[in-house]
Amino acid sequence: MSKLPIVRIENLHKKYGDTEVLKGISLEVQEQEVVVIIGPSGTGKSTMLRCINLLTIPDEGRIWLEDQEITAPHTDVNKIRQRIGMVFQDFNLFNHLTALGNVTIGLTKVLGMNKKEAHEKGMWELERVGLADKADLYPAQLSGGQKQRVAIARALGMDPHVMLFDEPTSALDPELIGEVLTVMQKLAREGMTMLVVTHEMGFAREVSDRIIFMEHGVIVEQGPPDQLFYAPKHNRTREFLWKITELYGKDRDNAAPASG
Amino acid sequence: MDELIVFLQRVIPDFIEGTKITLQLTVVALALGAAIGLPAALARVYGGKWLKKIAVAYIELFRGTPLLVQLFVIYYGLPDVGITLSRFGAAYLALGLNSGAYQAEYFRGAIQAIGSGQMMAARAIGMSQIKAIRYIIMPQALRLALPAWSNEAIAMVKYTAIVFLIAVPDLMTKAKLIAGRYFNPIPVYITVAIIYIILVAIATVIMRTVERKLETPGLELETERH
Amino acid sequence: MDFLQQFGFLVYYLSQGLGVTLGVTAIALTTGLFFGTILGLMRVYGGPVLSRFAALYSLVIRGIPVIVVLFILFFVIAAFVNLSPFLAGALSLGIASSAYQSEIIRGAIMSVPPGQMMAARAIGMSRLKAILYVILPQAFRLAIPPWSNEAAIVLKDSSLVYVLGVPEILRRAQYVSARTHEPFIAYAAAALLYFALTFLTNRVLDAAERRFRLLM
Repeated sequence: MSKLPIVRIENLHKKYGDTEVLKGISLEVQEQEVVVIIGPSGTGKSTMLRCINLLTIPDEGRIWLEDQEITAPHTDVNKIRQRIGMVFQDFNLFNHLTALGNVTIGLTKVLGMNKKEAHEKGMWELERVGLADKADLYPAQLSGGQKQRVAIARALGMDPHVMLFDEPTSALDPELIGEVLTVMQKLAREGMTMLVVTHEMGFAREVSDRIIFMEHGVIVEQGPPDQLFYAPKHNRTREFLWKITELYGKDRDNAAPASG
Repeated sequence: MDELIVFLQRVIPDFIEGTKITLQLTVVALALGAAIGLPAALARVYGGKWLKKIAVAYIELFRGTPLLVQLFVIYYGLPDVGITLSRFGAAYLALGLNSGAYQAEYFRGAIQAIGSGQMMAARAIGMSQIKAIRYIIMPQALRLALPAWSNEAIAMVKYTAIVFLIAVPDLMTKAKLIAGRYFNPIPVYITVAIIYIILVAIATVIMRTVERKLETPGLELETERH
Repeated sequence: MDFLQQFGFLVYYLSQGLGVTLGVTAIALTTGLFFGTILGLMRVYGGPVLSRFAALYSLVIRGIPVIVVLFILFFVIAAFVNLSPFLAGALSLGIASSAYQSEIIRGAIMSVPPGQMMAARAIGMSRLKAILYVILPQAFRLAIPPWSNEAAIVLKDSSLVYVLGVPEILRRAQYVSARTHEPFIAYAAAALLYFALTFLTNRVLDAAERRFRLLM
């Protein structure tokens, strides 16, 4: 029995000026699947992620979210985006709102929830990322890791069907990466469908169901982590993985506990 | 000494009257300026090609010419093309339009100081552009613009002084009348100067208090006078 | 009078005021820079008495409308020396501007890194020499952007000497208006002339800023 994929991408193309960033990407993500996208910087990973919630409009190709084609004309992008959570590299927390305010603003202003409900749900989401005690602090008063966890809570508040993570730990000091990865791993265990662009190989190996290696705007290779790490089919994949482990070090592999 | 007391007794009611008018002009001009400046800033940042051009033309024209000239165009010039305003009407309009151009730039600076990530994150949770501007961009922009806006508010007390040239009965007009009556302009103008200093000091205390009350960690910006 | 003749008359008249406007502006800016620099130096290096005096001066002048400063100084100057309204007006504007310029210079001096003074003293310069040859040259360059802003303000404020009867652009626009009974055209033309002036001034000062930008 084949279930309907949550995200289906067909032949995605995107150009910025003369540079073609995406050269025909096709991809399916199943429910509860955790997909990690790796590859050198500037190869279109973030662009592809942003196409999925239409923050970037693709030039060519089609994207489905569950049974709805979101690239069809006259789609209500705001409705689409409510079903897709996004976490950015640089957090983008709303600076004028407290941690709780960041989570509730979408609930009240987009979903039309009343204040009391929103407050309860907001606190629950902060609890989920372990930051209920920081609810009244402003972003400027939080550490990078805490900011990113609030950003995750903000996205979760909208009850998304899929979560997109755009290099969620790249802007963090090394000692703060672990707390964010732990939250992400917890989410994965709870059955959240996730697409994660990251350089954290430990997370990729331990948490993901599938790894996609992208380079120069195309998918070079994909498969289960064991296959990619221990028996990659392409030389480029091997080279990249070797380089990235050199760069980011083995010690980071343990940043995300494998189980616990 | 007795002479001074007699003099003060005679002029104090006039100065109180003038001060009221000066404050009234200040408040109305600032409010009008905000009502014009905010939409102008939004038009300049988010408007389409033509809206943007109109906003830029307004802002540059009013920032590029003296307030006094603007006052004269409005009070003496506009009746020529069929728009006649009262002295107060002309004063409000000139001060308001002038302040609006500067306020527009403070608001614009504040809006542009907010990183593009804020808009992106707002859109990502499903907000429309209008909602994102209303709930995410504006609250931050207003707070960022507050120091510059405070300076504008404080300076506006002083800018109103030129309306005596179209005989709006503000502090300066009263001073001029009193100086004419007593044939000794220097003490009269020094008195007026002291009143202005006091008004500016009060305005400064008020605005700094407002700034402290609305302080949000992580939202600050530099300012400059015009 | 047909339109062209009238317009020619207008341009001829107003452009004669151009020189006066520029003259008032130049004198006021120079006076303001001279005293502003001295006051700015007093603020930073003047010790408790001088720096307090300079701060008080700046606070008081900046608390008074420029037009009031102009009136007071004009009458005070007139009581002591016999100056033309042009010169008295320009100097008064300069005194008013000196308070604002002192803040600009002070800010600029404070943004010269403290290491500069230390390095100057370390090679054996006296404090005065360090200020003159190391601090001020850098401070002046850092001051160009805010000073440009001040220059545009003084240019616009020069219209205030209108009240003293000095025949600058606005006063001449008034003459024209009285003669043609078309105040809108007269004052609008004055406004455009001022706009052109501030526009050009900004361009020139932007170029100066690029030319003298300090790389730190």
